[in-house]
Amino acid sequence: MTTYLLKNVSVLGGEPQDLVLKDGVVSTGSTTEGVEVIDATGLIALPGLVDLHTHLREPGREDAETVETGTHAAALGGFTAVHAMANTEPVADTAGVVEQVWRLGREAGYCDVFPVGAVTVGLAGERIAELGAMADSAARVRVFSDDGRCVSDPLLMRRALEYVKAFDGVIAQHAQEPRLTEGAQMNEGELSGRLGLAGWPAVAEEAIIARDCLLAAHVGSRLHVCHVSTAGSVEIVRQAKARGWNVTAEVTPHHLLLTDELAATYDPIYKVNPPLRSAADVEAVRAGLADGTIDIVATDHAPHPHEDKDCEWAAAAFGMLGLETALSVVQQTMVDTGLLDWAGVAERMSYAPARIGRLSDHGRALEDGAPANLVLFDPSVSRVIDSSETASLSRNTPYAGRELPGRVVATFLRGKATVLDGKLA
Amino acid sequence: MKRHLLSAADLTREDAELVLQTADEMRSLADRPIKKLPALRGRTVVNLFFEDSTRTRISFEAAAKRLSADVINFSAKGSSLSKGESLKDTALTLEAMGADAVVIRHGASGAPHRLAHSGWVRSSVVNAGDGTHEHPTQALLDAFTMWRHLGPRNGGTLDGQRIAIVGDVLHSRVARSNALLLQTLGAEVTLVSPPTLFPVGVETWGVETSYDLDAVIPKADAVMMLRVQRERMNGGFFPTAREYSRRYGLDGRRMATLQDHTIVMHPGPMVRGMEITADVADSQRSVIVEQVTNGVAVRMAVLYLLLGGSEPAGSLAEPVETPGDHS
Repeated sequence: MTTYLLKNVSVLGGEPQDLVLKDGVVSTGSTTEGVEVIDATGLIALPGLVDLHTHLREPGREDAETVETGTHAAALGGFTAVHAMANTEPVADTAGVVEQVWRLGREAGYCDVFPVGAVTVGLAGERIAELGAMADSAARVRVFSDDGRCVSDPLLMRRALEYVKAFDGVIAQHAQEPRLTEGAQMNEGELSGRLGLAGWPAVAEEAIIARDCLLAAHVGSRLHVCHVSTAGSVEIVRQAKARGWNVTAEVTPHHLLLTDELAATYDPIYKVNPPLRSAADVEAVRAGLADGTIDIVATDHAPHPHEDKDCEWAAAAFGMLGLETALSVVQQTMVDTGLLDWAGVAERMSYAPARIGRLSDHGRALEDGAPANLVLFDPSVSRVIDSSETASLSRNTPYAGRELPGRVVATFLRGKATVLDGKLA
Repeated sequence: MKRHLLSAADLTREDAELVLQTADEMRSLADRPIKKLPALRGRTVVNLFFEDSTRTRISFEAAAKRLSADVINFSAKGSSLSKGESLKDTALTLEAMGADAVVIRHGASGAPHRLAHSGWVRSSVVNAGDGTHEHPTQALLDAFTMWRHLGPRNGGTLDGQRIAIVGDVLHSRVARSNALLLQTLGAEVTLVSPPTLFPVGVETWGVETSYDLDAVIPKADAVMMLRVQRERMNGGFFPTAREYSRRYGLDGRRMATLQDHTIVMHPGPMVRGMEITADVADSQRSVIVEQVTNGVAVRMAVLYLLLGGSEPAGSLAEPVETPGDHS
């Protein structure tokens, strides 16, 4: 196994130092024998990024993404671990399916894949899946979600929150009150009224988050709120945390950067669920991420084949790519704006998501003996996003043609380079 | 004018007035024995209808034929929403057939916008109604009808004329296009609806809004009733059809409170007994049938101006001289 010496690397944006990656672990000493030297002058080292919310589409929709292509994209984005959402075909609601996804990730070898288990059988919202069997499987599932659908039945949600306490699991809720969002196409506001697109009101997200926070507090369990998108949601989570409740939350890169104004193009590349919100909401989720109300950034990477976006808005699928652009969007919206330093980015994109997912070998500080999972990032360059250059099988990036700052130079998974010089190793 | 007509907001006041004046010339054609102009001879207009709308389709068809265009009616059974052929593939097919203009009716808001801006076709796109978004030629024919009736007593314009639009604004493409166009033409628009049937953000539209029909109509110069689908009841927008009719329907009692010159309009198809009673629909004030006639003239004007050029139609307004017409 190659030993790497990273010369003059800036760990979390600190003073330049040398790091050695040997036998799968980090050491801060220096060595010169038989090593491959990487001049990391000007590069920032972050612990390998951990995504709590990725759609890899396999099994079932291998036309959109596979575990292999999705983990290629993840590695290129600086991730060493991703959580694969359960809305596959078949649904990841049994030990068999989660073990299959977990094994595919191991075989691909570019990024650790931690399957998310479905909360309910078939995501149907009717009865709880065998959460214990998934937890006890080789995939060791700790995060459970019906993402794409909301566990809207309050009693079922209560039971799920209670049940996962037995194995320290967490319910990651897609907060969307279904009756308030029937046929919903975009953020409900002035623009939805003008465009004649059915509105997805903020209250439909906020009502579920408020209910779930109360339920989590009542039964003493862990709740994770997926893709928080509104100012009101941030405020509810802030209050829940102030009361000491065990609630965590995520925000996507696209909700940090893009607004609902883009829907005026009727180009469904901007169609996503929850929808892009107002500029005031964008400000609020940035502030929430900065002050820790929102714990993490999660991509909600959602590949879709071209034909599902090359159509009229209402016919198009919800979702956008995110793995390869996440760190750049966070740099633009949080670092370059002064809201977060690189240590703050490490917390929100590596340490905290690893804690929520109960991962032991990811999200560790780059100290002696830590697993050598890390990313080298050059924040001084910028690039124009070209959708044809993505490693994902799909092309539905909302950033095509946009200039974004920063570039992933290298990614290491347990000391092995998955990305070198910005390319798959 | 722009190359496409997707929204009433695409029209400046100058554009809109040009359409009305051109429509006026086109309308006079209807009184001639030969109702046909050569203006679009050799051009192809495709009526691409993803939703059933016999009224609008035959109106566009008549308009294109009176301008001597070749007309292809393409009734797409089921859009990509129902897993039929995609909008894109349909568009590419039409492009391959050499359409100069595509008149599109689609159930999805923004479908005409996608057709015009996705690089699928090079032709002009005319929105003939998209989802709950817009229906700009309906707004033009409504404005034309108002202009003919109210203009002569108002200096030839709609400036300051009070227009009440009543009904299901939330789901109405007609209301959206009318609100935009009538403001462009200087009219004062009041939308009347139960609170459940106003869109979020309507307060930013620059129009007045009211929940009280009786308070609005005595001041109106035109009252436009919108179709209200009974199915909206199931969505909980109002409790019963009877209650809706009592509060927001135009009946003989309410009609008696109108000013003498006030006209009553409806874009059709009417639900008699729901938003409008038969005695009102068939009254002297009703211009509902005339709206249909004007629809053809306005659509002729739109197709002419989009495809034929911007010079006044009068210079071209000579009947077609072909052997067939003399036989």
